[in-house]
Amino acid sequence: MTQTVFAPWDDPNEKPLIRFQNVTKRFGAFTAIDDLTLDIFEREFFALLGPSGCGKTTMMRMLAGFETPSAGTIELAGQDIAAVPPNKRAVNMMFQSYALFPHLSVYDNIAFGLRRDNMPKADLDARVAEMLKLTRLEKFARRKPHQISGGQRQRVALARSLAKAPKLLLLDEPLGALDAKLRQATQFELMDIQEKTGTTFVIVTHDQEEAMTVASRVAVMDEGRVMQVATPERIYEAPDSVYVADFIGDVNIVSGTARPAGDGMFHVSWADGAAPFAAASERVFSDGQACHLAIRPEKIAISEERPPGADNAVTGKVLDIAYLGNLSTYHVELPGGQIIKAQTANTRRISRRSFTWEDPVWVSWTATAGVLLDQ
Amino acid sequence: MQRFALIAIPYAWLLALFLIPFVIVFKISLSDIALSIPPYTPTLDDGIGPFFAALDFENFAFLTSDDLYWRAYASSLRIAALSTIMTLIVGYPIAYAMARAPEEWRPTLMMLVILPFWTSFLIRVYAWMGILSQEGFLNQFLLGIGIVDQPLTILNTTTAVYIGIVYTYLPFMILPIFAALDRLDGSLIEAAEDLGCSRLQAFWLVTIPLSKNGIIAGSFLVFIPALGEFVIPSLLGGSETLMIGKVLWEEFFNNRDWPVASAVAVILLLILIIPIILFQRNQQRQAEDSA
Repeated sequence: MTQTVFAPWDDPNEKPLIRFQNVTKRFGAFTAIDDLTLDIFEREFFALLGPSGCGKTTMMRMLAGFETPSAGTIELAGQDIAAVPPNKRAVNMMFQSYALFPHLSVYDNIAFGLRRDNMPKADLDARVAEMLKLTRLEKFARRKPHQISGGQRQRVALARSLAKAPKLLLLDEPLGALDAKLRQATQFELMDIQEKTGTTFVIVTHDQEEAMTVASRVAVMDEGRVMQVATPERIYEAPDSVYVADFIGDVNIVSGTARPAGDGMFHVSWADGAAPFAAASERVFSDGQACHLAIRPEKIAISEERPPGADNAVTGKVLDIAYLGNLSTYHVELPGGQIIKAQTANTRRISRRSFTWEDPVWVSWTATAGVLLDQ
Repeated sequence: MQRFALIAIPYAWLLALFLIPFVIVFKISLSDIALSIPPYTPTLDDGIGPFFAALDFENFAFLTSDDLYWRAYASSLRIAALSTIMTLIVGYPIAYAMARAPEEWRPTLMMLVILPFWTSFLIRVYAWMGILSQEGFLNQFLLGIGIVDQPLTILNTTTAVYIGIVYTYLPFMILPIFAALDRLDGSLIEAAEDLGCSRLQAFWLVTIPLSKNGIIAGSFLVFIPALGEFVIPSLLGGSETLMIGKVLWEEFFNNRDWPVASAVAVILLLILIIPIILFQRNQQRQAEDSA
């Protein structure tokens, strides 16, 4: 049995559901979205990730119809939607504040959109019942929003926005108000519901872990521009800029100059008098070009002795230890002052730490552990 | 003990300033008119036994015999109800505009609504006489721009009473509605539009229901004082304007018939108790909702 991988973005014949073309949005002198081009495909779970003020919410509000672009076009299923008001779009939104109608019961909240379409009573009852079942809210149908918990409210908001079976569902920081445990459970629930309904989801979040967990693709944004669009694995393992590498997860950045060593290998000179680091790179650098080597802490090993056969190994002393329970992160200061973070999994219960502050240690990594970046 | 004192103070206040005066008025309403000081009989000087023996409901029976009183009550109810509706129609858009205005403008707008209270109510009603009279500003203006060729008779009609009541009680309508609309989360309107509502539908289905408590509070705050209103009908109204407040005043000061006047006042109070209770219940529910 062959399993097809869901990757419409790699298929040149696939038509995107949403197409942003050179979209710019200005608020007075402030440019919220700067000449942005982006395709989102049907059935995708697409995450817009970025710090606050990066323009991700503005993009979502343009999709919902609450803002119009200052320049460029937004297409939904091949049609320019600039002139379509929010109430005429096959797009529904789940608001960050949930925006549940406090004067209506859970049932009436979910039925609200369906009633606007004058759906016959029997169909409406069936649809609302289906939504209540999907979000496990059957018992709360008669309650008012202030009589249920935060997690339940979140599910009502989701059920309400899904009830009209939109082509596209927008989720604005949907889990922001939930505590960590509930948030994790809800992330999987969201993915489950997305899969069951086959709806295209676009989620806005500033929580990288959330974006990585739920999304099929992630767009990392900064100051109104998309820095990189890729699957969570590619974003994490093959960032294409220092900004993305630094924004997602923890990373060591070593700046230096590259020198080609043949066969896709480069030597990075990072400090005077120190041996250069070896790094494999698909990106080609010329001799002497400035570059940044980005290595994830968990790909760096820490040891007492120089490990035999390591591509890169340097000595330093332990500056700081962060014990996180499942992991420990060591901050190791190299002779030149550069700090390298190395992470080890605590696979055994330890009574005694192998390294402590001020200990001289070796940190090592392979040539393929890091990514060589030019910006 | 301390707790008792804390509760006792407002109750003592109510007892002294509401219950005792009411008992006195009620007692007078059961008395007979007399040419004496005070102008009614009996008094406690007559002794306890004869005092209670002389009290009767004669005056209340009298109110039913003359249709003036019933017409005055009915007319007051109608004027109060209609002017409440008019105040709502005028006040709601103002409150809505205030709530939608930029944040930095709101204190100024609020100030403008409250500003008239800085001038005596009586003076403001007199000012309306200057505006509405035959030679008043309004007629001069209308004649000047040629809309009418004969001055309109507004002063000393029921129309002038409506204008006066709507003008005077407008802030009482605006402020509670503004308070309700100000709390309204803008994303609720966006959510309604997102789910397929037009602007107007969103207004009817979300904004109006969520400002309901403000509308109810404002309506009672206008209706209750308007029902017993005396100054506005006597200054702006004419002979055809029949309001119970005016009748009450005439009974006291023109006829010097304190017992009948007191009976009128007691009935007015009984009529007002219903809306006051409803108002209290609305306020309580509102407090529970926001808790």
